[in-house]
Amino acid sequence: MSIILDKVNYVYSEKTAYEIQALKNINLKIDDGEFIGVIGHTGSGKSTLIQHLNGLIKASSGGIYYNGQDIYDSDYKLKELRGKVGLVFQYPEHQLFEATVFADVCFGPRNRGFSRKDSELKAFAALRSVGLSEDFWYRSPFELSGGQKRRAAIAGVLAMEPEALVLDEPTAGLDPKGRDEILDLVAKLHRERQMTVILVSHSMEDVAKYVQRLIVMNRGSILYDGTPGEVFAHYRELEEVGLAAPQVTYLMHELRKRGIPAAGTATTLDEAKQSILQAFSAKHGSVQR
Amino acid sequence: MNFIEARKLVHEYIRRDEDDNVESILTALDGVDLDVKEGEFVAILGHNGSGKSTLAKHLNVLLKASSGTLWVNGKDTKDESSLWDIRQSAGMVFQNPDNQIIASVVEEDVAFGPENIGVPTSEIWKRVERSLKSVGMIQYREHSPNRLSGGQKQRVAIAGVMAMEPKCIVLDEPTAMLDPNGRREVLDAVGQLNKEKGVTIILITHYMEEVIRADRVYVMDNGKVVMHGTPRAIFSQVDALKSYRLDVPQITLLAYELRKAGVPVPEGILTRQELVEALCRLF
Repeated sequence: MSIILDKVNYVYSEKTAYEIQALKNINLKIDDGEFIGVIGHTGSGKSTLIQHLNGLIKASSGGIYYNGQDIYDSDYKLKELRGKVGLVFQYPEHQLFEATVFADVCFGPRNRGFSRKDSELKAFAALRSVGLSEDFWYRSPFELSGGQKRRAAIAGVLAMEPEALVLDEPTAGLDPKGRDEILDLVAKLHRERQMTVILVSHSMEDVAKYVQRLIVMNRGSILYDGTPGEVFAHYRELEEVGLAAPQVTYLMHELRKRGIPAAGTATTLDEAKQSILQAFSAKHGSVQR
Repeated sequence: MNFIEARKLVHEYIRRDEDDNVESILTALDGVDLDVKEGEFVAILGHNGSGKSTLAKHLNVLLKASSGTLWVNGKDTKDESSLWDIRQSAGMVFQNPDNQIIASVVEEDVAFGPENIGVPTSEIWKRVERSLKSVGMIQYREHSPNRLSGGQKQRVAIAGVMAMEPKCIVLDEPTAMLDPNGRREVLDAVGQLNKEKGVTIILITHYMEEVIRADRVYVMDNGKVVMHGTPRAIFSQVDALKSYRLDVPQITLLAYELRKAGVPVPEGILTRQELVEALCRLF
C-alpha cells in the first residue's frame, strides 16, 4: 500500500470573497507500514490534508494515487477507499449514535454491504483489539467514560479492516492515562499489524515518542518532513510558526550551552535520560542504570 | 472567611426510570473540602470522571449540593436569594469556545453579559474595552468571532466573563481544544488577570504543565480530594499521581528518573531552568 499526493492544491470557497487556499502544492509519498505524525497550528491545513487521503475532500488540482491508482479516475471506487483508509475524526465519540456500542461498531461493515454475521465478527474482533472490556459492549455509548467512548469510536473504524488508520487528535480532552492508553493502542496496531498510521497531534512530546516520520504543516505547505530528531533540530523555526519542540529538546540544548557534554538531539525522555546518565557517569564513575 | 469554602460537599447524580423510581446513584462529589482565598490561583487536577467539572459547576451554582455546604464570596449557595450574586462573583469559562460565543461581533459578545445584568450602556462600553484589553484582544473588537483562532475565541470568552467584573473565574479545561500557541495565549491571559487584577482563578485541567504557575493544587479522584499542596509538593509524588491516572510535567519526570538512576538532583523539580541549574552544579 502506498499513498502519493502529487501537486495537490485545495481552495475553500473558490471564486468567492471567502476564498482560502488551504493546501498549496503538496507532494507527499506515504509508504506501507509507516508511522507518521502531522503537526501544525490551527488552520495550517492538517485536517484538510488528511481528509484528502480517503477522498472525503477532492483536490482543487493535482492527483492522489492509492497503490498506484488515480483515485479521481471516473471508474475508481471511492467508497472502497474509505474502507481502506480509516479516518478517526476529532472527538469521534460525538459520532456514536446506535443504542449499544456493539451495534455502533457493526454499522461500518454493514454499511459497506457485509452480511450481518460477517459484520458482527468484524465488530467482535475490532472491539477486542481496542481492549474494551466485554462488559461495555452492549451498553449505551453514553454510559462509557471519555477514554472508553474514544476506544469504541476507533473500533468502529477498525471494524472496516482498513489498511491505513488516520487519526485527527485522538487524545484531545483525555486525561494523561487515557492519552497514553490510546497512543499505546495505536502503536500496537502499527507494530502488530504493520498498519500504516497517520497521527495528527498538538503534543510535541507525543509525536516525538511515537512516530518515525514527522510532517510539519504551515500555511497549507509542508515546512519539514523528516525524523522527529531532524525536525525538532529546527526548534527556532518551529517557534516562529507557532509550534515548539519537546521540553527535553530545549533542556539538552541549554545543557550543551552551559558546557555539559551531554550529546545529541534528544526528543524523548528516554534519549535525554540516557545521554545525561552517560555524561554523568563519564564524570563521576558509573551509576546504576 | 475564604472566598470559597466547601465543607463535606456531596453531589449525587440520581437516575430515575419512567415511574420516578431511583435506578442508580452516582456519587460525583464525595465529601469535598475546598478553601480558596481571594486572589489565589488554584488548579484542580483529576482524571476524566473524577468529579472536577461537577465541582466547578457548584462554584457558580449550576448544580446544587446533595449535602454539605459551600460558601462563595461569603454567601451560602443553598440560599436561593443569593444565586445571582454568586453567579456574578464567580464567572465560568468552558472547554469549547464555539459553545460560548453568541454574537457576530467580538465587542457585542463581550457586552452581552453586562447588558444582561442591567449595567448602564456607557459603563458597558468601558467594561468591554477594559476586558478586551486585559486579554490582549482589543484590536479584534470589531471582528467576527468565527474568523478567530481557538485561542483568540477562548480569550474573547474570558473577556466576556471579565466584563461582568467577577472576583473569581472558574475555567473548566479551557485549553483542551487548542493548539500549543492557543494554550499559551489563554494561560498568559489568565495569569495576568490573576497577577495584575487580583482575580481569583480556579483552573481545571489535564495538562500538568499548566499547573506549575498555580499557588496551590487540588487532586481529585472518585469524587474526593486525595492530594493538595503547592505544585512542587504535588509533583514530587510521581507514583501517587500516576496511581490517580495523572502524570507530571516531562521535565519533572526526567528529574525523577535521573534521581532513581543515581543522579543526585533535588526532588520536585518543576521547570527546565531548575533542572539545568541542578545538573550544572553536578558537573
